[in-house]
Amino acid sequence: MPAVLATSLHAGAPETAIFWILAPLAVLASLGMVLSRNTVHCALLLGSVMLSLAVFYAAQGAPFLAFVQVIVYTGAVMMLFLFVLMLVGVDTRDSLIETLRGQRLAAAVAGIGFLLLLFAGIRQAAITSSVGIAEPPKVTDDQGNVLPGQGNIFEIAKLLFTRYIFAFEVTSALLITAALGAMVLAHRERHEPRRSQLEQMRDRFKVGTHPTPLPGPGVYARHNAVDTPALLPDGSTSDLSVPPAIEELRLERGRNPQPARLGPAQSSSRATSKQPPSGKGNL
Amino acid sequence: MSPTYYLYLSAILFTIGSLGVLLRRNAIVVFMCVELMLNAANLALVTFSRINGDLNGQIIAFFVMVVAAAEVVVGLAIIISVYRTRRSASVDDASLLKY
Amino acid sequence: MTLTASSGVFSATWLLVAIPLFSAAILLISGRRADKWGHYLGVAAPLASFVLGVVLFFSLIGKHADGRHIDNHLFSWVPVAGFRANANFLIDPLSICFVLLITGVGSLIHVYSVGYMAHDPGRRRFFAYLNLFVASMLLLVLGDNFVALYFGWEGVGVASYLLIGFWSHKPSAATAAKKAFVVNRVGDFGLSIAIMVMFATFGSFSFVDVAAGSKTASTATMTSLGLLLLLGACGKSAQIPLQSWLGDAMEGPTPVSALIHAATMVTAGVYLIARSNFIFDVAPNARLAVAIVGTATLVFGAIVGCAKDDIKKALAASTMSQIGYMMLAVGLGPAGYAFGIAHLLTHGFFKAGLFLGAGSVMHGMNDEVDMRKYGGLRKFMPATFITFGLGYLAIIGFPGLAGWFTKDAIIEAAFHKGGTSGAIFGGCALAAAGLTAFYMTRVMVMTFFGDKRWAEGTHPHESPRTMTVPMWILAIGSVGGGYVLILSGRLAKFLAAAVPKPDDLAFKPIGVIGLATAGVVLLGVAGAWFMYARRPVPAIAPVGSPLTVAARRDLLGDAFNESVFMRPGQYLTRLLVFFDNRGVDGFVNGFAAFVGGTSSRFRRFQSGFVRSYALSMFGGVVVILAALLLVKG
Repeated sequence: MPAVLATSLHAGAPETAIFWILAPLAVLASLGMVLSRNTVHCALLLGSVMLSLAVFYAAQGAPFLAFVQVIVYTGAVMMLFLFVLMLVGVDTRDSLIETLRGQRLAAAVAGIGFLLLLFAGIRQAAITSSVGIAEPPKVTDDQGNVLPGQGNIFEIAKLLFTRYIFAFEVTSALLITAALGAMVLAHRERHEPRRSQLEQMRDRFKVGTHPTPLPGPGVYARHNAVDTPALLPDGSTSDLSVPPAIEELRLERGRNPQPARLGPAQSSSRATSKQPPSGKGNL
Repeated sequence: MSPTYYLYLSAILFTIGSLGVLLRRNAIVVFMCVELMLNAANLALVTFSRINGDLNGQIIAFFVMVVAAAEVVVGLAIIISVYRTRRSASVDDASLLKY
Repeated sequence: MTLTASSGVFSATWLLVAIPLFSAAILLISGRRADKWGHYLGVAAPLASFVLGVVLFFSLIGKHADGRHIDNHLFSWVPVAGFRANANFLIDPLSICFVLLITGVGSLIHVYSVGYMAHDPGRRRFFAYLNLFVASMLLLVLGDNFVALYFGWEGVGVASYLLIGFWSHKPSAATAAKKAFVVNRVGDFGLSIAIMVMFATFGSFSFVDVAAGSKTASTATMTSLGLLLLLGACGKSAQIPLQSWLGDAMEGPTPVSALIHAATMVTAGVYLIARSNFIFDVAPNARLAVAIVGTATLVFGAIVGCAKDDIKKALAASTMSQIGYMMLAVGLGPAGYAFGIAHLLTHGFFKAGLFLGAGSVMHGMNDEVDMRKYGGLRKFMPATFITFGLGYLAIIGFPGLAGWFTKDAIIEAAFHKGGTSGAIFGGCALAAAGLTAFYMTRVMVMTFFGDKRWAEGTHPHESPRTMTVPMWILAIGSVGGGYVLILSGRLAKFLAAAVPKPDDLAFKPIGVIGLATAGVVLLGVAGAWFMYARRPVPAIAPVGSPLTVAARRDLLGDAFNESVFMRPGQYLTRLLVFFDNRGVDGFVNGFAAFVGGTSSRFRRFQSGFVRSYALSMFGGVVVILAALLLVKG
C-alpha cells in the first residue's frame, strides 16, 4: 500500500487523484441514500459509500482498517441490513408527505448550521503539519528475508493487546451480549403445538391451494423478462408467475408485456417482423 | 490537497447522515443513516491518526467498528420485533409515549 | 446596702420557696390518688414556710441594724458572658415583712379553703395552685435581683390565671382569667423592658448593682426606668390604666380573691416600687407619676365601689382603691415608704378578713353574691358578722384599729408634701376616705342589717370552724396591727435598712388632718346609713344617676379599652388575615398555578415522535458546538 511519507500538508499525486475521484462519488452516494425512496437502493448506496471510505483508509496508511471495513462493515453489517430489509418488506415505500410540521425546514436549517460550524471548527484547528503513518523499511535478516512481526497489522496488534487490552476484552463481552440480545429479541414463542407432517401435508393438498411450485417466468415461453407472464399448457398466461412487486412496477410504468403465443412457427427475429420493435406490445 | 480535506468530507458525510435521521421515516433507512454517521466519524479518526502519526486513532476506529456492529445486531433485532407486533416499520407509528 | 453572705439558719432561706413548690408538684403529679390527703399537705406547706419565716425574722432582728441584708446564694442561673442572673435570695427587713405576710395570711386562707372547698371535687388541684402561688410570690419578694423578681412575677401571674379560671367549665371564669393574664402582660412588658434597660445601662440586675449604678446614670434613663417599672406595677396592682381585670377576677373562688387579689399579688406592684426606691430617688418625675397614678386610682376605685351590688366586686373596687393609697404613699418618697408598707401589711389583714367573711356569707347563702338578696344576716351568722365588722371598722379608719393608723399616716404624709401636688393628693385621699366609709357601710348594712331579702330556699347558717377560726385570727390582726407597726415608728425604723425612712415619725392623730379625716369618715357612714338602713333596699337596682350607671360599668373602663385597643386590634388582624389570604396565599397559589400552567404547555413538546426528539437533540448539539467555537475562538 502506498504510504504517505511526507510531513508536509501536501499529499502525493496518487492520493490526491484518489480523493478527488472518490470523494464526490461518496457525497453523491450518501445524498442518494438519504433521498432515495427505494430502501434497497439506499442499502446499496450506503455500501458504495463504505467501499469508498475503505479506499480512503488504505490511502491514509491504515490497510488493516481498510480490509476490516470491507469485510466486516460492508460485508457483514450491510448484508445484515439487506436481510432485515427483505424480512420487513422490500416493497415498502416512504411517502413524500412530511407529517411533522416544520420538520423539514428546521432540519435543513439545523443541518446547514451544523455543517458551517463544523467547517469553522476544522478551519480553526489550523492543522499545519501532518506526520503520516510512516512505514519504516522492513528489517531483513542475513539472507534478505523480511523478518516476521513487522508492518501495520503487527503495530496495531501490539497496541491492541497491550495498551487497549481492557477495552478489547470489554468489547468482546459486548459482542457476546449483543448476540444474545438479538436472539432474545427475535425469538418468537410458539403459541400452538408444532404442526406435524400429516397436517402440513393435508394443508398443502387442500382444495384451492397450489401444491406445486409456481411457474417461473419464461417457462413455456420464449422470453426471459421477469415481467412477462408465463404461458400455461393451454395457452393462457399465468398471473401467478409475476411477483407482486414487479406487477406493481409494471402497472406504474404502464407496461403490459404479453408473451408471444405458441402456434405455427413464427419468426422471432426482428428482421422478418413487420412491426418495428417497440417498448410496448408483444415484446 | 491536505489531509484536512478528509475532515471536511467527514463533516459533510456526517451532516448528510444526520439529516437522514431527521427526515426519513423508515426505521431501517434511519438506521443506515446512523451507520453513515459512524463511518464519517471513523474517517475523521483515521485522518487524525495520519496527521499525528500514531496508531491510536486507528485503534479507536477499530473499536468503533466493533461496537457499531454490535449495535446494528441489536437494533435490527428490535426493528424486527417491532415489525412483527405492529406490522409497521415507520418510526412515526411508534408514538405512544406522548402527552 | 452591703450584703452579707448567708450562714446558719439563713442558709435555709431557699426552703421558703422550695417547700410550697415541692408540695404543688406533688399535688399535681399525684393526681386523683392524692384527693384524700391533698389538702393536708397543701395547708402544711405554707405553714412550714411560715414557721421558717418566723425563725428567720427573729434571727434577723437579732442582728445588728447594718448587717440586716443577708444574701443566700443558691446557684448561678444564667452565667453567659456579660449576662449574669443568679438564683439568690435576699433576706432584709422589707422582704421578711412580706414573707411573714404571705406565709401568715396565706396559711390562714389555706386553712379556710379546706372548709370552703370541701364540696368541690377539684380541691386538691386548688391547693396545688395555691401552693404554686405562694412559692412564686415568695420568690418574687425574696429574689435579690430583678430577674429573679421577674421570675416570681410571671409565676404569680400564671397562678392567678389558673386560680381565677379554676372553674374552667364556666365561660365567664375562663374569660376573666384570660383578661387578667392579658392585662397583666401589658404590665409585664413594661417590667421586662425595664430589666433590659437595666442590663444595657448597668450590665447587671441585682439590686445592689443597680442601686450603685443609679447614682451615676443619666436622669432620662432613670426616669424611663421608673416609668417602665410603674407600668409593671400598674399591671400587677390593678392601677389605672390597667385596672380592668380586678373586678372580673372575682370569678375565682373566694379564697383566691382573698389571698391573691387582696393581700398579696396585687401588692407586688407596691413592693416593686418600694424595692426600686434607689431608682425613684434620682427620677423625681417618675416618682410624681407614681403618686398621680395612685391618687387617680384611689378615687376611681372608691367611686366604682359605691355602685356595685356584687359583694365581691365591691370589695375588689375597695382593694383597687386601697392599693391606690399605698401607691400614693410610696410615690411620696422617703416620707411615705414606711407608711405605704404598713398600710399594705394591715390591708392584708383586714381585706383578707373581709373577703373571707364575704365567702362565709356566700357559703351560707347558697353562693349568692348579690347584696340585694342579703339582709339581716347578723343574727344568723354571728361570727362572720363580728369578724366582718371588725374588718369594716379597720378599713374605714375607726380610731384605734389598724386602718386608722396607717391610712391617716398616708393622708398626713400627702398633705405634708406641700405645694399644689400635696394639696391635691391629700385632698383626694381625704375625699376617698369618706367614700370608702360610705361604700363599706353600704356593704355592711345591705348584708347584715335590714330586712331579709333572701331568695326562696336559702337557710343562712354559720360556717364551720375551719372557716371561722382564720377569720377570727385575721380580725385580731385588723385590730392590733396598727399598734404593732406604727406606734413609735417601729416599722419605719425596722425598714430603714431597706427603704429610707421618713423624717417625721411622730404620729399625730389629733391634728387638723386627723380630725378632718374623722369628720369625712363620719359623713360617709352617715350617708350610707340614711340611704340603706333607713330606707328599704330595692330588690332590683334602681336606674340611678349617670355617675351611678357609669360606676356600675367600672366607670367605662372596659368600654374604653374595647374601643381604643380591642376594636382597632381586631381590624388590624382582619386586615392581616385579608392580606394573608389574598396576598400570601394568592401569591403561593398563583405561583403553583403558574407552574402547573407552564408545565401543561411544555408537555406538548412530548409529541411521541422520535424524529422531533432527534431534531431537538440535533439543535442542542448545534448550540453547544456554536458555544464551544465562540469560546475557543
